[in-house]
Amino acid sequence: MRVWKFGDDVNTDAIIPGRFLTIYDPAELAKHAFEGTRDEFAREAREGDVVLGGTNFGCGSSREHAPLALLGAGVRVVIAKSFARIFYRNAVNTGLLPLVSAEADSIRDGDAVTVNLAGGYIEANGRKLAVEPVPGFLKEIVDAGGLVAYAKNLDEVETCSTT
Amino acid sequence: MAATIAEKIFSMKCGRPVRAGDVVMAPVDAAMIHDITGPLAVRVFREMGGERVFDPERIIMLFDHQVPADSIPAAENHVFMRRFAEEQGIHNYDLLEGVCHQVVMEKGRAAPGEIIVGTDSHTCTYGAAGAFATGIGSTDMGFVLKFGALYFRVPESILIEVEGAFGRRVGAKDLILSLAGDIGADGATYMALEFTGRAIGEMNMAGRMTCANMAIEMGAKAGIVRPDAATWEYVAARREIEPFDLAGDADAAYRERRKYDVTDLSPQVAVPHNVDNVVDVDKVAGTKVDQVFIGSCTNGRYEDLADAAEVLGSADRFAPGVRVIVIPASRTEYLKALRAGLIERFVEAGALVEAPCCGPCMGGAFGLLAPGEVSLSTSNRNFRGRQGSAQASVYLSSPATAAASALYGEITDPREV
Repeated sequence: MRVWKFGDDVNTDAIIPGRFLTIYDPAELAKHAFEGTRDEFAREAREGDVVLGGTNFGCGSSREHAPLALLGAGVRVVIAKSFARIFYRNAVNTGLLPLVSAEADSIRDGDAVTVNLAGGYIEANGRKLAVEPVPGFLKEIVDAGGLVAYAKNLDEVETCSTT
Repeated sequence: MAATIAEKIFSMKCGRPVRAGDVVMAPVDAAMIHDITGPLAVRVFREMGGERVFDPERIIMLFDHQVPADSIPAAENHVFMRRFAEEQGIHNYDLLEGVCHQVVMEKGRAAPGEIIVGTDSHTCTYGAAGAFATGIGSTDMGFVLKFGALYFRVPESILIEVEGAFGRRVGAKDLILSLAGDIGADGATYMALEFTGRAIGEMNMAGRMTCANMAIEMGAKAGIVRPDAATWEYVAARREIEPFDLAGDADAAYRERRKYDVTDLSPQVAVPHNVDNVVDVDKVAGTKVDQVFIGSCTNGRYEDLADAAEVLGSADRFAPGVRVIVIPASRTEYLKALRAGLIERFVEAGALVEAPCCGPCMGGAFGLLAPGEVSLSTSNRNFRGRQGSAQASVYLSSPATAAASALYGEITDPREV
């Protein structure tokens, strides 16, 4: 489970360029993840690898192809100092776990990392780093494994105007 | 209780006062899907067990990113979406009308006080009509198609008060670029920007749309222009609606209040590869450009094309060796420009005028850049690889600066033309 470390403001055009947006299959999208900006990712990423960003990870386009491309590459967890809003929500919805850690900087590219969700920490280089919990209303979606699974058995939802 | 516009909109929808930080399952007034992110939303809707959409009349469908189809997969997406529209009774503007955000506005599908979602990050454009409008992913949209509602965290707001009057050939795009530079690419993450002040009040709807459009470039969830007479006139010309008061209260709990004055603002340019990397035009004047793109949901309206044509003036030709691509944001805007003689002037001067669509800003359809090439674009993003090769460079500016730069083949202050 190696860490792929990126900088601040990693945008969704970098994660999956616009010319691949007619693709919807995660495995196919993964072949073009970070194409042009970090070509070795698509070749070398393995199941269980972790993507690590700085601030504002996933800014830009609302394309859900971005979390799908990471999932297709085997990535299940993205750790960053902060996330752009739409990407964060898309990640939760598609079953990619976004974790916020103020100490993300201390992890180096290529480090091995383990995630202990129940304990609320990640461990890298023998050090435990605290991660912020997913906010309450999204936790149910995370626990269900994504929004599709969460919504599948719902016939209707109560809106704020009816409750 | 004093409230921001965002708080007031969610309170109206919920029928009770809600505050920033509250999480609500709010009904949506309209949902927009297009050719790139729509197919995935439809698939998700099916996976969620969806059979009939919550209300076909509240769904806006159109194609703009890859039109006319630039590949067989794109054509297949169009067919897939057409079938879904037909099956569900959704009105589909198809590829006829133009870029999604312009079309939603000009067809009167956005109005003050509404909550609108779209599977496109620049959905925040409809804040120019006083709506709370925000971009969402395809899975959230699948949920909206099924239930007509979505979880929202009511955002905190930053009040942006803009005073003063713009100088010659300086305008809305220069203002919003300078704000992006000042606030930063994540300075408004999860928040709403609320625009007010004299310079906003005197700005036409085209300029207000340019400002609201780029709220997302600061991370904002929405960018709302305080509705005034101009807003109501624009919306009432397109649908039946009774004006009502929708202003943020003076004593509302704004996260921050920022004041700006545009009187001495220079033309602004965002330099590669981040939108908040903004400088006065003189810092990059002289930079050679290979391609100039005038268009997009940010700056493809008649007023933008008129600004560009005014700078072009009576010049014979754009600079040799520069590809100038002009794309009106919609069929309606195209016709306005055509009838005013602007299109003829652009073509005479050597521009390629394309049918309404996202064009080079999509970074996959056409107008792509080779490694090492430089583009100056009136669109909203200059990310590495956004318009083609990751080894190309994209600068962002106003239509006036773009036209001046197209005339000289290098980034040029439009006030010096």
